Amino acid sequence: MTRQQVLDLYFMEARARLIDIGAFIDRIERATGEEDFRMKGFRNALSELSKGEPGKARRVLLSLSDPTKEPIAAATTKAACGAWPGAK
Amino acid sequence: MVSRVTDDYIDMVTAGCQAVCEPAFWAGFDRSSVDGFFDYFRQLTEHEPKRAAKFGLPHFTWLCINPKESEDVKLAEDVLSIIPKFLDKPSVLGIGEIGLNKNSRNEMKVLEMHVDMAAKYNQLILVHTPHLEDKLKGTRLIIDVLKSDSRIRPERCIIDHVEEHTVEMVLNEGFWAGMTLYPESKCTAARAIDIVETYGQQRLWMNSACDWGVSVPLAVPYAALEMRKRGHTAEAVDKLVYQNPIKFLSQSPKFKL
Repeated sequence: MTRQQVLDLYFMEARARLIDIGAFIDRIERATGEEDFRMKGFRNALSELSKGEPGKARRVLLSLSDPTKEPIAAATTKAACGAWPGAK
Repeated sequence: MVSRVTDDYIDMVTAGCQAVCEPAFWAGFDRSSVDGFFDYFRQLTEHEPKRAAKFGLPHFTWLCINPKESEDVKLAEDVLSIIPKFLDKPSVLGIGEIGLNKNSRNEMKVLEMHVDMAAKYNQLILVHTPHLEDKLKGTRLIIDVLKSDSRIRPERCIIDHVEEHTVEMVLNEGFWAGMTLYPESKCTAARAIDIVETYGQQRLWMNSACDWGVSVPLAVPYAALEMRKRGHTAEAVDKLVYQNPIKFLSQSPKFKL
C-alpha cells in the first residue's frame, strides 16, 4: 500500500484514538490522589512513539512488559493489569 | 462453544466458517474438583459437537487444565489423570490450551506435566501465552519448556496469542504462531495484518477470541475483510484464514473437513 492509501484507510481511526489518549490523560490529571505504576508505564510507553524508530507497537509492548526471567513464587491473582510494577 | 449462545454458531456458519476448534479453558471461576473437569470434558467432546452439528459446523476440541487453574498442582494432577480417557474421542485434536498465566513455579510444573502427556500420547499442542505485561516473560518460559523436551517437534505446536513483541521468537524457534483477535485490550485485526505483512504467512494463523469476556466470534471473517481493504489477494486471504489452519490441524489424523 502507498502511504496515501494507509492514511485514507486508517487516519480517522488513529486520530480518534489519539484524542482519546489526550482525554484520558486530562481525566487522570483532573482527578485527585496519586497515580500508580500503570500511569508511569503508560507515560514511558508514550515516549516510545516520538523516537522516530520503526517497530513502535513492539516497543510500546516491551516497555509495558515484565522483563524478568525467573518464574514467580506463586500466583496470587489471575488477572494482568497491563503494566509492570517494577518499571522505572 | 460452551461460553457462547447458539446464535454465534449460526452467525459463523453464515459467514462461511468451516469448523470450530475449541480449547479447554477457564470457566470464569475455579472448578472445585476433578469431577467438574470430567463433566466439562464430556461437554467438550460429546455435547458441543452435537450442538455445532445442528448447524453443519464440525466441532473439534483440545483438553487440559487451563493455566489459570494450575496453581493447585494436586488438582492439576487429578485432572491430568482423567484426560487419557478422552484422548481417543473423535473430535479431540490434542492438549491445550496449556501454558502460563502469571508465570509462577506451579504453573511451570503443570505445563511440564502437560507437555509430557502430549509427548507420551503423540498429541498436537496448543499453547496459551499470558496476557499483557506477563506475555513477554511467559512466552520465553514456554518456549524454553517446549525446546527442552527433545520429544516435542515445534511444527506440531501452536503458540497462541502472539503480538508484535513475541511473534518473532515463536516463529524463529520453528513453532506455529496464533494471533487471537479481540475487539478491545489485545490484538486487533489491523495489527494482526500488520504482523502478517511484516513476518509473512508461513506458520501464522488468526483465531477469534470466543470466551466469557468481550469477544467476537466473527473476528476472523472481519479480519479477512480488512485484508481485502488493504488489497491482499483472495489467495492470500485464503492461505491465512483457511489453508494455514488446515495445514497445522491436519497433523492430527482426526482433523477432516
